[in-house]
Amino acid sequence: MNRYLASHVANMPPSGIRKFFDLVATMKDVISLGVGEPDFVTPWTVRESGIFSLEQGQTMYTSNAGLYELREELAHHLNITMGLSYDPLKEILITTGASEAVDLVMRAVIEPGNIVLVPDPSYVSYGPCATLAGASVRYVPTHADENFRLRVKDLAQAYSPEVKLLVLSYPNNPTGAIMQREDLLPIAEFVKEHDLLVLADDIYSDLTYEGTHTSFASLPEMHDRTLFVSGFSKSYAMTGWRIGYVAGHPDLISGMTKIHQYTMLCAPITGQIAALEALRSASEAKDEMVAAYDRRRRLMVHGFRSMGLDCFEPLGAFYVFPDISKTKLSSEAFAEELLNEEKVAVVPGTAFGPSGEGFIRCSYAYSLEQLEEALQRIGRFVERRFSL
Amino acid sequence: MLTPEDRKLLKIIAKDCRLTPEELSLQTGLSAEYIKKRIKDWEKEKIIAGYQPVINWERTGEEKVSALIEVRVLPQRGYGFDKIAKRLQKFPEIKSLMLMSGGYDLALLIEGKTMQDVALFVAEKLAPLEHIQSTATHFVLRRYKQDGVELLGEEETLQRLVISP
Repeated sequence: MNRYLASHVANMPPSGIRKFFDLVATMKDVISLGVGEPDFVTPWTVRESGIFSLEQGQTMYTSNAGLYELREELAHHLNITMGLSYDPLKEILITTGASEAVDLVMRAVIEPGNIVLVPDPSYVSYGPCATLAGASVRYVPTHADENFRLRVKDLAQAYSPEVKLLVLSYPNNPTGAIMQREDLLPIAEFVKEHDLLVLADDIYSDLTYEGTHTSFASLPEMHDRTLFVSGFSKSYAMTGWRIGYVAGHPDLISGMTKIHQYTMLCAPITGQIAALEALRSASEAKDEMVAAYDRRRRLMVHGFRSMGLDCFEPLGAFYVFPDISKTKLSSEAFAEELLNEEKVAVVPGTAFGPSGEGFIRCSYAYSLEQLEEALQRIGRFVERRFSL
Repeated sequence: MLTPEDRKLLKIIAKDCRLTPEELSLQTGLSAEYIKKRIKDWEKEKIIAGYQPVINWERTGEEKVSALIEVRVLPQRGYGFDKIAKRLQKFPEIKSLMLMSGGYDLALLIEGKTMQDVALFVAEKLAPLEHIQSTATHFVLRRYKQDGVELLGEEETLQRLVISP
């Protein structure tokens, strides 16, 4: 039936993660560092509010834009945590996960012939969503020796007049890189000079381990040019609830709301109620999770460096991205051989873009015991196979 | 006042006191030397007052009974609650001892082998003490949570995909 499949879908390469997933699924006793979601269960107070709402029979649609109470609380939260100011009535749209928000941004602003700039490496869905919306995608490399921060010189090299949208996703999956205010300011200049829009995916903003997160939207004159995307999955361990949001200029939000109302209608109500509770009462639980990630992060960086590998110190998200190029293996070969020999699953850096070659992504959303065991196994593999 | 680093350290120890200074150093970025010294200080200052595992005795099948006892006290001039508490805390049977607001003064958590043990302790040791006006004994039927640890039911198992983006 392939001939019925639209050619742009048929031609879309499957996610680089999929192949690995299938391989791991056939094996036993694997320690996986391949998971991109928290290992915590949603804080109890949040779960309890979801359960209670079901008991009360709150099982209906909400307004397209999402529960007003949630948008109001969110506007307040964004204001006090990042100094952002959004009108809950017209400038915030609650979505089914931040993933939907990414898709909506692409579909609302992209026309065929437009080009979208995506930092490389980064999360797997920006490119495909842009392609589905009719854009061409140009990957902008980031480099380990610059702490994987996006630089204007690389942006300028990728730029041409068809570029309409720039994606920023910091703290970054898979590198764990962050962009501080002084790193973002030149990018803002570039954006202004070329009249671009920015999709700022701040989903990992709460998981910043040094300094405070600066949102691109908070920079001078960037409020209207930025579509601020985030969600509850990573900060509050709520991946399965599927609640995200996008905030931005009312014209753009209203465009996205049109698409959202014809496709998704609204985000699930139970998740929205739980998200409201998360904002109101789970900040302590969140801080505890962040503190736990921070402890594991140090352990991982130290672990990889003691094996003789170069490992850039990630300051955000929950991934380390060690450099395995010394082993002379490709990322994919390294990951495959490590899996076969020591039963540890990591994700090859190339799953996140060509600049990921020479790196592997290891999530530390695991217990300390699991991480220690995984480090031991990887250490054994590296020592046996390579003299570093 | 605790520094933010010290607070972080203390919180980690409060959850798991088995971690060595070297392990703590790896996880916090503080030096193992500093951590050793800090812990020594806290032990001296009784900020860290002890180290105990949370044991769910019910699961061992050992016979053990505990009771919460409300005590009303008649404090007298020059002989306040603290003095009475100082005396009471010496009894090994008393596992916890707190001064309360509300309808009674002291709350005691008592452990013994049998109900008889506990009853005897109350009748022979506690009630006859000078300054103690009355006692009310509530036996513990079942423990569901202790020191922040859930004792009941299965551990929540995560069912995550093995690999996800």
